[in-house]
Amino acid sequence: MLPSVSRCTRPIYLSVARPLAHFRPPMDPDPTRPIETTIRTKLTEKFKPSHLEVHNESHMHAVPPGSESHFRVLVVSSLFVGLPLIQRHRLVNEALKEELSSCVHALAIQAKTPEQWGVDPALGKSPPCMGGSKNDRTVEEKLKAGRE
Amino acid sequence: MGATLSGFRMSRSSFRRCSSAGVLGSISDLQKDLGEMVKKDKVVVFIKGTPAQPMCGFSNAVVQILRMHGVDQYASYNVLEDQELREGVKVFSNWPTIPQVYFNGEFVGGCDILLQMHQNGDLVDELKKLGIRSALLDKRKNQDSGN
Repeated sequence: MLPSVSRCTRPIYLSVARPLAHFRPPMDPDPTRPIETTIRTKLTEKFKPSHLEVHNESHMHAVPPGSESHFRVLVVSSLFVGLPLIQRHRLVNEALKEELSSCVHALAIQAKTPEQWGVDPALGKSPPCMGGSKNDRTVEEKLKAGRE
Repeated sequence: MGATLSGFRMSRSSFRRCSSAGVLGSISDLQKDLGEMVKKDKVVVFIKGTPAQPMCGFSNAVVQILRMHGVDQYASYNVLEDQELREGVKVFSNWPTIPQVYFNGEFVGGCDILLQMHQNGDLVDELKKLGIRSALLDKRKNQDSGN
């Protein structure tokens, strides 16, 4: 099963006006992607985000098609106001603690306040995979946990 | 299982204390060792692979950012060579993923945070606090003087 390629093909929003953010594709829950759905649900409940994106980037890595092991999340929430980056990321990690300890191997995080998002509505881009997940026992265990 | 520091490999075992306390003692020893390891050098990273040959895109990003700033003296631990270290550092840092970056014994974050610090200029300031002058300052200076 191919991951949602349309959702993963991001136009480059660097330095564009904020209104273009409205044209992002909807991030609806998908029953065929349980981990992605769970991540979205948990982040929504915890952060009440004004904007949330959850991207399965597993297809960019050395894991089988259809995996839900590598994710990128963008959380825009007023809960981050006044918090340094590390605290924001710790909160996201905490929200997804269960997934990170079981089936999610990699989690790229962007945690912005609504003001920061307004100034720079750009989704970060993950670096190219260097094949580290291949033949990695830890990743294999996580993939197995995801299947079960 | 070793740290790469300016091409000089150190064995992590040099940080391990002898213990006959069994598995729990071993785990506890590793946590104590990590406490020393992250303080021993100004910049310490736990990555997949080595600075010369990173095995993960996120780890490579950390290596490249440090390289851009001219930071070439740092301790790097390859978690792929040591499963115990790989899991132990996640517990030590209370951080679920690799890579992990430490400045002066303090946990900075992973690839995302280091990248954002690089992009917003904070990394130059943080390196300055470590007594490290970022190479980007010299680059900027040369550009300003029209060289």
